[in-house]
Amino acid sequence: MPHPTDEAAVGAVVDAALAAIAAAGNLAELKQARLAHTGDKSPLALSNRQIGQLDKTEKAVAGKLVGAARGRVNKALAERTAVLEEEEAARILVEETVDVTAAPRRRRAGARHPLSILQDRVSDIFVGMGWEIAEGPEVDSEWFNFDALNFKPDHPAREMQDTFFIEPADAHLVLRTHTSPVQVRSMLERDLPLYVLCPGRTFRTDELDATHTPVFHQFEGLAVDQGLTMADLRGTLEHFARQMFGAEARIRLRPAYFPFTEPSAELDIWHPGAKGGPRWIEWGGCGMVNPNVLRAAGIDPEEYTGFAFGMGVERTLMFRNDVDDMRDMIEGDVRFSQHFGMEI
Amino acid sequence: MRIPLSWLREFAQVPADATAEDVMADLVRVGLEEEDVHRPSDELSGPIVVGQVLSLEKEPQKNGKTINWCQVRVVPEGAEQTLTGEGIDPSGVQGIVCGAHNFEVGDKVVVTLPGAVLPGDFRISPRKTYGHVSAGMIASARELGLGDEHDGIIVLSDLGLDPEIGMDIFELLGLDDEAAEINVTPDRGYCFSLRGVAREYALATGTAFVDPVSRVSVDEPTGEDYPVRLEDQAPIYGTAGCDRFVARTVRGVDPTRPTPPWMASRLRLAGMRSISLIVDISNYVMLELGQPLHFYDAEKLRGPIVVRRANPGEKLETLDGKVRELSTEDLLITDDRGAIGLAGVMGGAETEVGDGTSTVLIESAHFDAISMGRTRRRHRLPSEASKRNERGVDWALADVAAQRAADLLVELAGGTAETTVTDVQVRPEPAVIDLPDGFAARLIGIDYTREQQVSALAGIGADVQEYDAGLRVTAPTWRPDLAIKEDLVEEIARLVGYDQIPATLPVAPPGRGLTRTQQQRRRVLQGLADAGLTEVLNYPFVSTAQNNRFGTPVEGEEVPAVKLANPISSEFGYLRRSLLPGLLEAARRNHARGFRDLALFEAGLVFEPGEQLGSAVLPPLGAKPADEVLDELYAGIPEQPWHLGGVLTGHEAPPAAGYAPRPWEWSDALDVALTVGELLGVEVVAAQGRHQAFHPGRTARLSLRTGEHIGFAGELHPGLLKEQDLPARSAAFELDLEALMEAAADVVVARPISTFPVTTQDVALVVDEATVAGDVLETLREGAGELLEDVALFDVYSGAGIEDGRKSLAFGLRFRAADRTLTADEASEARAAAVALAAERHGAVQR
Repeated sequence: MPHPTDEAAVGAVVDAALAAIAAAGNLAELKQARLAHTGDKSPLALSNRQIGQLDKTEKAVAGKLVGAARGRVNKALAERTAVLEEEEAARILVEETVDVTAAPRRRRAGARHPLSILQDRVSDIFVGMGWEIAEGPEVDSEWFNFDALNFKPDHPAREMQDTFFIEPADAHLVLRTHTSPVQVRSMLERDLPLYVLCPGRTFRTDELDATHTPVFHQFEGLAVDQGLTMADLRGTLEHFARQMFGAEARIRLRPAYFPFTEPSAELDIWHPGAKGGPRWIEWGGCGMVNPNVLRAAGIDPEEYTGFAFGMGVERTLMFRNDVDDMRDMIEGDVRFSQHFGMEI
Repeated sequence: MRIPLSWLREFAQVPADATAEDVMADLVRVGLEEEDVHRPSDELSGPIVVGQVLSLEKEPQKNGKTINWCQVRVVPEGAEQTLTGEGIDPSGVQGIVCGAHNFEVGDKVVVTLPGAVLPGDFRISPRKTYGHVSAGMIASARELGLGDEHDGIIVLSDLGLDPEIGMDIFELLGLDDEAAEINVTPDRGYCFSLRGVAREYALATGTAFVDPVSRVSVDEPTGEDYPVRLEDQAPIYGTAGCDRFVARTVRGVDPTRPTPPWMASRLRLAGMRSISLIVDISNYVMLELGQPLHFYDAEKLRGPIVVRRANPGEKLETLDGKVRELSTEDLLITDDRGAIGLAGVMGGAETEVGDGTSTVLIESAHFDAISMGRTRRRHRLPSEASKRNERGVDWALADVAAQRAADLLVELAGGTAETTVTDVQVRPEPAVIDLPDGFAARLIGIDYTREQQVSALAGIGADVQEYDAGLRVTAPTWRPDLAIKEDLVEEIARLVGYDQIPATLPVAPPGRGLTRTQQQRRRVLQGLADAGLTEVLNYPFVSTAQNNRFGTPVEGEEVPAVKLANPISSEFGYLRRSLLPGLLEAARRNHARGFRDLALFEAGLVFEPGEQLGSAVLPPLGAKPADEVLDELYAGIPEQPWHLGGVLTGHEAPPAAGYAPRPWEWSDALDVALTVGELLGVEVVAAQGRHQAFHPGRTARLSLRTGEHIGFAGELHPGLLKEQDLPARSAAFELDLEALMEAAADVVVARPISTFPVTTQDVALVVDEATVAGDVLETLREGAGELLEDVALFDVYSGAGIEDGRKSLAFGLRFRAADRTLTADEASEARAAAVALAAERHGAVQR
């Protein structure tokens, strides 16, 4: 124990303490140093305790000397503690390192079906243009599916679409061969002017193969208003094509025949990214609504005109997203949908 | 329709270097879609020439065959062989081994010399065979890709040919020709002829058109030919089955003469087989003009020809050798013996022309398109004739086509045409359509000039007269499809060009966006996908057994279902009442492909026939049905509500390092079903349920608060899983999505939020094993009163400390008042009331 007024002795004790603190390599060693050099039985504590017994003048000298000594030691302790704590924290972080590439996936997102996403996307484009989305039953009356659409009972076009008929035959029910019956229902049930898109599932008696399926999807558009022309049809289709395929998309109309439109056209789209080089791809059919179809819905064709168009959802997905085999879309293989996820 | 270019060139100005592709590119602009190209020279090349057999040695072989070792001259005697190469004999005579025996010394044949390539990439080169070097081949029609006949090699004299030795065979047999195949839409029957397509080609290219009709000079008849009567006793829709019948007799024909190679080649390129000269002439005229013809062996006819409908029970043996039971709607050609042909569809066997025929009676008639279509469908007899007849043939063609056929029979078959002609006819009124000024512009958006309109309509062959307010248009006889002014507008628009139509974007009135149910459906589909399920879209075709198993909870119950008249597979002949069969099938398919951890869902319609299935009435087209009729139609449509179903098999995820995935179980299916309710803001209540397709003890019956049943969720029946080869414990759910969506509140009313402190208390109740927690929970809720904010089951325990047959249910109760801080006593009082009610209702004893 140095005498509290012995400056050299106190200095020696302080030096010893500072050396021990500096030598502490971790918090445990530092704790040892702290106990040894600032603890109750440390030389400095004992010196400090002796001050009370000194006379007044000595007391002042000793108090200053020992106080300064303790201050230096405590400061050093605090500094060393901070350094060692930081080192310790860093060490723990290093120790806690994991292999992020070995992380398990517990909760995975599922997937919408791409055909379903595509129909939503098409719907949104038209909703953005102020159109509404109309839907209807899949089993429908022959009248809505054929007659109202100007398919004459014996017209070859009526069997061109190989129809699933419902028993008994005199019930005149079919699985709709296109979503056009929804157009008829829309004209009957809604006010004019009318701008509707009809997406949905349709049926024809094709055997399933790489390019055919008996159950497929379409979206069809119908606008009935005063003064609509085929130029409006083209403008609408161009806008739609650009939304779907980018600003560079181009369309082409070719003369065609459908009972429900006159004039009628096939719609081709220029596909710059088509497999085997850029080319025109047949996308759907369209035309000006046949006056007989308007009449079937009680609309005067002298006052109103309309245009209509229709495309296959599967077909669109096939050439837009390079799907080679129709069966991939209908077999429910999770790999097909999960590859797309929520996006197409 | 396939268009041989050489034939098209007779009637249209096709550039000499134009290919089939070029022709199709022009035709597509006027609406004749490109289909395919048929070009024999794509598969056939190299030196193929006329050769003459100089000598022929028959050499029997050990294998029983006899081969011919032939010397064949392929260069005219005295001329030089200009070809060189391996196997080409400079002498101009090739040694060739030939296995066929239908030729002799002196015959001229087709020789494929070394270097030639035949269809199937068959390359000709000299080869050693049967002890000789055979330097070339004497070709059969099949080897050249000219047909299926394999009864020997081509002997050119059989074709009526005596060409010079060494002549190139391509031109001789028309192998340098090619055909463009186009798709003809059902309204344009006239394009099933060279005549029609040539006209369209001329219109598309703005070049001249020669009407093949103009090249036929129809003889002035000297009197009636064979007697014919039109006696349709039952016209369809009031239209006589036959309104024109031209009959002409050609005598002294030699049916055994060969069909000239140019004709055979064109027929072949057009997709028809060369059969015999007489039949070929009939087909040739049909392809050229569009008029189907029928030839009778005049000596086999008995008495006058009568065109009438079939009598009940009448039968006919058609040309294909089948005896057909006739319908009283079938239009027949008859003579004194009865039916001798299905008019316009197929002739009868008894009066068929054959090798012994010397007098031919030509029938060139105009039939009702609808009647033709019905007969063709009824007897499943698609033929080249019926294809044209049911689309409508040019009424005015009958005499021209008969003349053309007579001319060819005279020219090629050595016959003599009678100067008499039978032409029984009822001339139809031509369609006269007024096209008001400005109407085309109103429909298309282009201000067509009057010149453009007149020029287009005159171009298609219409008679166009101007009147004060527009054009008065008489449709040409070959365009029965032109009936209304819109039809004329299409003609103008397509001939001026669809590419001329500008683009304008019409502005729709303000829309209302997606409907509420459309938004709800999207939210549910997206929500389930977000929750980790994968959407599938299954076919709705199921079996009766599947419907009876999944469409009703009760075993043995017959579920009414919609039946297909013509299913793809008779086993799956019904429309689904449940989504589960399709989902299980999808799960199985994924399993088979190695994916066993699955969570699949589908939203789709199910089909529920009501009291009224369909409706006997079928209103006519072109007019709005009366409201009662529409109501009747609507009433017959089966209910088709949206359902939502899902199947969970295997584990929630594949195993991974440091993570043992949980296997799916009954509660996961229930969880998804309850999530659907939450996505829609509709409370779904689960109760113990039974469904034959589900595990009897692990099934929740789901309903709305109102009690309305909306579905099931739980573990699938172990027996079913075993049978379907799916993992044990697989779970499923199915909901009436439509009912759920309807139950959603239009406006969600806010609930006040109390900020006073919460008091929580737990209670453990011992009840019988059979008592369900949900019931106890509801009782606690009721018994605790309005201070109870929430109650939840947090533990179920049985075992040590609990007597057998009983279980302990631990609930956490959360109390809060709206207007004050609750005292501990108030909360305990409420809890005690809840426990008391549970004791009373469920015999619950507090632990």
